[in-house]
Amino acid sequence: MSDLVDDLLAGKHSALARVITKIENRSPGYREVVSALHEHTGHAEVIGVTGSPGAGKSTLVDKVAARLREDGDTVGVIAIDPSSPYSGGAVLGDRIRMASNAGDMDVFFRSMSARGSLGGLSTATTDAVTALDAFGKDYVIVETVGAGQNEVDIVRTADTVAVLVPPGSGDDVQMLKAGILEIGDVFVVNKADLDGADRTVQQLREMLQGRSTAGHHGASGAEMAEVAGTADDGGDAGEETDAWEPPIVETVANRGEGVEDFLAALDDHGDYLDRTGGREQQARDRFAAEIRTLLREDANSLLAAELDRQGGIESAVDDVLARETDPYTVVDEVLAPLRDSLDDPSDPRE
Amino acid sequence: MSVEQQDERTIRCLVAKVGLDGHDRGAHVIARALRDAGFEVIYSGLHRSPDEVVQAAVQEDVDVVGISILSGAHKTLVPRILDGLREYDAFDDRLVLVGGIVPDDDQPELRDLGVDEIFGPGASMEEMIRYIREQAPER
Repeated sequence: MSDLVDDLLAGKHSALARVITKIENRSPGYREVVSALHEHTGHAEVIGVTGSPGAGKSTLVDKVAARLREDGDTVGVIAIDPSSPYSGGAVLGDRIRMASNAGDMDVFFRSMSARGSLGGLSTATTDAVTALDAFGKDYVIVETVGAGQNEVDIVRTADTVAVLVPPGSGDDVQMLKAGILEIGDVFVVNKADLDGADRTVQQLREMLQGRSTAGHHGASGAEMAEVAGTADDGGDAGEETDAWEPPIVETVANRGEGVEDFLAALDDHGDYLDRTGGREQQARDRFAAEIRTLLREDANSLLAAELDRQGGIESAVDDVLARETDPYTVVDEVLAPLRDSLDDPSDPRE
Repeated sequence: MSVEQQDERTIRCLVAKVGLDGHDRGAHVIARALRDAGFEVIYSGLHRSPDEVVQAAVQEDVDVVGISILSGAHKTLVPRILDGLREYDAFDDRLVLVGGIVPDDDQPELRDLGVDEIFGPGASMEEMIRYIREQAPER
């Protein structure tokens, strides 16, 4: 197991791949591996790319990765395909679009499926990003369809989130209202050569103006915040006055048009995070969320085991159905050992 | 060890089309059948070079490397893939399967090089799925 960590840190591709497999399968020892990798992380720029199916995410990511490679940067890509796990199986096709990086081992592309795992996908993604970061990737790109809370959670693990919108479809702009608008740091109207692109840009601009009216003080705000940012690294004060205005970039990904603009927008957002202390704040929020998620998952499985020890959920349900007990009492009984050991003063039974 | 860790794992298969061979109907049928059998299938797309197949097999950490060749170039392409897998230390714990048109006379040579099984025309999907389930290496 520690060999695997050593091999990964030494830059062995198959070890990195195997670590991600362990993370995906949650196979024995994966936690120790991820724990051991943590101290080697914190160097990669993490970019989330989301958007509706067919928006051109994979194609854009391919071109971006190729462009980053020209500058000598190494790239890791995690492409999450939530397409319905059918009989547990899945066909993962995002790799087909990675033609610009064919045979280049310094672009590490990994497909992950949703596997219908219970909320575990965002944990697995976070851990996979850890592995790629520890491996030494300069950039890690997480790509997923932007539909549903699960995917929103996933892209939230990124420093900068790009939302792709294809032109000409009112539905896609509608989708933005359902929670995606808030998480985008950069918006991309891809396939900008198609009819309706201008209108989509226009619609987006209107929606984004609605989003940023609160707490925004115009152009002078940026300079003020810059002073505040150097005086106080806390970040919170800076964010109030120096609100990020998400740019809208037009691209034609399959021809590589607009890729430079997109990368510049990503850089701008990175600079903004550095200037305002937002990067540190994001990292704090991210680790707080990760700790809470792990606590919840682990506590859940401990409690499930305790419930089994006390006769199992079915027998508890039987008793509740027969009106011999009630759900609150069942929960109190299952949690009793935990309460006792934690010596909770708010114990309702006292 | 935490209680949430689990032993079961999903078998991952790469279905790859190499070289100048535009016939992907068979590969599509196989990809779908493997999916329906509960495997995770990574489909490479058409016209892949041996390097790309190696890259995909290593990075995706697949259990099964399925190579579909109908062009007759198997004697050139397959050895290059096998060499690449060995170079990245990704050969030993992987099944390498070749599907398509491979004359009987060529089969022993491919097997000697490290191909685990060859499925020609007429091979049934059940046969292939059973083979993968039984032979997929323990990791």
